[in-house]
Amino acid sequence: MKQRDRLCEQFTRKAEAVSAVVATVNSQDQALDYLLTLCDAKEACRIQVSGCELPLSEGAGALCETKREKIIAAPGLEPALKDTLAKRCAEQHFFFLDREMREHGAGVDIGFTFAQAGIAETGTLVIDSSNEDLRLATMLSEYHVCVLPKSQVVADSYDIEGQLSRQMQQPGNYTAFITGASRTADIERVLALGVHGPLELHILLLED
Amino acid sequence: MQDAKDLKEYRGQCQQALDNEFLRQTLDKFAVAYRAGRDKAFEGMDLEKLIREVAASKEFDPSSLRKLFFEFKAKAEADGVHVHWAKDADEANRIICQIADDSGSTKVIKAKSMTAEETLLNHALEDAGIEVTETDLGEWIIQLRHEGPSHMVMPAIHLSRFQVEELFTDVTGKQQSPDIEQLVKVARRELRQKFLEADIGVTGANFAVAETGTIGLVTNEGNARLASTLPRVHVALIGLDKLLPTLHDALRILKVLPRNATGQLITSYVTWISGANTCPVNPDGKKEIHFVFLDNGRTELAADPLFSKVLSCVRCGACANVCPVYRMVGGHKMGHIYIGAIGLILTYFFHGTDKAKNLAHNCINCEACRDICAAGIDLPRMIKEVQVRIMDELGHPAPAVLMSKVLKNRKLFHRLLRTAKWAQKPVTAKDGFLRHLPMIFFKEHDFKALPAIAAKPFRDLWPEIAPQVPEPRLRVALFSGCVQDFVYPEQMQAAVELFAANQVAMSFPMGQNCCGLPVQMMGEKEASLSITRENIKAFSGEECDYIVTLCASCASHLKHSYPKLLAEYPEMDEEVRRFSAKVIDFSSFVHDVLKVEPEQFESRGESVTYHAPCHLCRGLDVHEAPRKLMEISGLEYRPSAEEEVCCGFGGTYSAKFPELSKELLNNKLANAEASGASTLLTDCPGCIMQIRGGFKAKGSKVQVNHMAEALAGNLKKKQ
Repeated sequence: MKQRDRLCEQFTRKAEAVSAVVATVNSQDQALDYLLTLCDAKEACRIQVSGCELPLSEGAGALCETKREKIIAAPGLEPALKDTLAKRCAEQHFFFLDREMREHGAGVDIGFTFAQAGIAETGTLVIDSSNEDLRLATMLSEYHVCVLPKSQVVADSYDIEGQLSRQMQQPGNYTAFITGASRTADIERVLALGVHGPLELHILLLED
Repeated sequence: MQDAKDLKEYRGQCQQALDNEFLRQTLDKFAVAYRAGRDKAFEGMDLEKLIREVAASKEFDPSSLRKLFFEFKAKAEADGVHVHWAKDADEANRIICQIADDSGSTKVIKAKSMTAEETLLNHALEDAGIEVTETDLGEWIIQLRHEGPSHMVMPAIHLSRFQVEELFTDVTGKQQSPDIEQLVKVARRELRQKFLEADIGVTGANFAVAETGTIGLVTNEGNARLASTLPRVHVALIGLDKLLPTLHDALRILKVLPRNATGQLITSYVTWISGANTCPVNPDGKKEIHFVFLDNGRTELAADPLFSKVLSCVRCGACANVCPVYRMVGGHKMGHIYIGAIGLILTYFFHGTDKAKNLAHNCINCEACRDICAAGIDLPRMIKEVQVRIMDELGHPAPAVLMSKVLKNRKLFHRLLRTAKWAQKPVTAKDGFLRHLPMIFFKEHDFKALPAIAAKPFRDLWPEIAPQVPEPRLRVALFSGCVQDFVYPEQMQAAVELFAANQVAMSFPMGQNCCGLPVQMMGEKEASLSITRENIKAFSGEECDYIVTLCASCASHLKHSYPKLLAEYPEMDEEVRRFSAKVIDFSSFVHDVLKVEPEQFESRGESVTYHAPCHLCRGLDVHEAPRKLMEISGLEYRPSAEEEVCCGFGGTYSAKFPELSKELLNNKLANAEASGASTLLTDCPGCIMQIRGGFKAKGSKVQVNHMAEALAGNLKKKQ
């Protein structure tokens, strides 16, 4: 097995161990197919976001009411890819969003991003989230779908130390390591996913 | 929180915690699950190397702390962040209230920060008329209940789903279900609203990387990300000890912190914030960021040769996870704000003698915390030192003073023990246990039967039994320790029989005294030092290859503590090193040195289980030798659960905290009985006293013996 395949295999194993869904795609178009199929097929794209069906206080309930559409948020895409996705969303009647994420505090259905690197040791995505809209897309979404180019998978966090250090010296940098879905075990040590962030993390390993 | 006025009241509070059935079950389950999860998480890694490197990267002195701070400050300020230094908790709170005032803020949301707990920031903000909402699920729950955290990583571990259901019903005004997943979702929605309304997000930081001016946040829920993104102002309150020179140092700690905390390879989120990031709702489009560094005694700690190591703590909470006392009473009793072993130490330094005076004594010295610490901190030694400082401040209690006086004078001590033998005569039963406890013992000790002083101590038997070994392969000097000398001389006799059969020549230096651990444990440093010198002197004339002791606690103390105790006396250096190098525990000596063979023994079909004394398995890192010896000597070894967990004896601990000692013992007895073995073996007379007494009081048939007795018992008799 080639080094790269070994790393991708290890990355997949570790990410799946923390409940991430990992799939391989051959092109960006295939990634969009995955994204739209997921949105279509899964109940994530019901209009109401998770928790809104439960007994909530008046204020929290009112916030739920502000979400009236199925939303895919994908800030920070390259222009061509953005245009394609926006067009395909329109065809399927999903609201496409790439800015003003703050207006959607109630939640969006899917956040779609690209990772700069993957760390095989822990199944971790490294995402430069300095763009606030992009950052919020990874936080306020019910599902987070992230594309990770296979060539960017490294063995260990030390392997991207130089890259990270350079990134951190850019003005106003906010870098995220994301491993699996948002989780808590604060009540009786029982694992529950999706406490504040996404309920599901989907990683699309892109052949490149 | 510590509010007991004296030890008696504190013991009462601990008893209440012991009676909390839910807490006990939760912490029991956690203690077992944690071990398994952690082992798996570190699989294939060189953990010892990692811990050494983490410790080295966090070695501070006052000037290095300052240097790192100014390096960090210059970097962060160049990128639009405001960096503050707060000398104490009040100043940190004042700075943050001022930030709120200057930015016209009325609502604050918080991500979990032990440092903010340390300064009681919420109280200060609320006093300033600001609404504060915790957003970590566990922290939110305890905030709503007006409680402090009971674990550094899992602050609400003491609560049940039903208590949370009730609480959330109150908060939402709607009836909730006890379904955990639903409760989590309700919190998600309720807190989402708070995030959107807040002006300021307050977080802590796990790392402050000086070379890039970056802070790192290690979280699972994702609330620290929202708290540092949605509000227009971000304030991070950071202990000075979180400063690190390089990103590499932070990445290294990241390898050990989540694994050691919860057995996770990494947390769901690690957030690196460097400089003022974009924030469209502010007029300049930039986030207003303040990093407030808290000193609060850290610089002073950094100047202390012993306690500066405390600053290498990465706050993983593992020292609570493995603490047998924490497991019994939970973090509200085994801590003030900081919890577990590190909590006992930090409470003294950050929150003062009054909060620490009772708490600091609640350490059984089993060393489980030192063994697990991500930064290799010698926590038991520091706790001991804190006890000494507290006693120096508040006065030494009468029993400690008396004990130190007696032990410093070996002849007086031994005369007292001989006298006690006569005094107890009317109350001694035929089986060697005391029928009724003499007045000197408290009524809380009725959970175990106490042994009587032996008719003839080992030192008096020695001249009669000392064997002649014509052509010895080795010479050893025996160190009996008080218990085997005066209570269980038969254990020494068994060892002598075994050694003689293996051509070992023996001597017993009569000038030997108690090893000194009991007075050291009681914080009587001067007596401890005097005994140390006395014992070294007693053995100085001996021509021997080894100094063998059957007591794991004595062995560990003689071997590891003596050189530390005498560190300030360079003229003793050579002698103490020679002495300590020769000290070896019984099982290691028999297994590793004598290398006994199965041919020497005959099986009597006895089934045995094992209790690993704390000072053997952790104090001396001996694990295999006794278990191999059981096999070699023809015993059927049946492992029991948690063999390496403390039996609850802990020397003087069982006198200070009898209720806790009893519960630890009960676990030990239950695990040993469940193994189905007819005999429990161990390598420490103190553990034997505790466990044998426990079985006796319970009316159990399980026998408790020293390893030496079992081996000597199975020796083939000479034809």
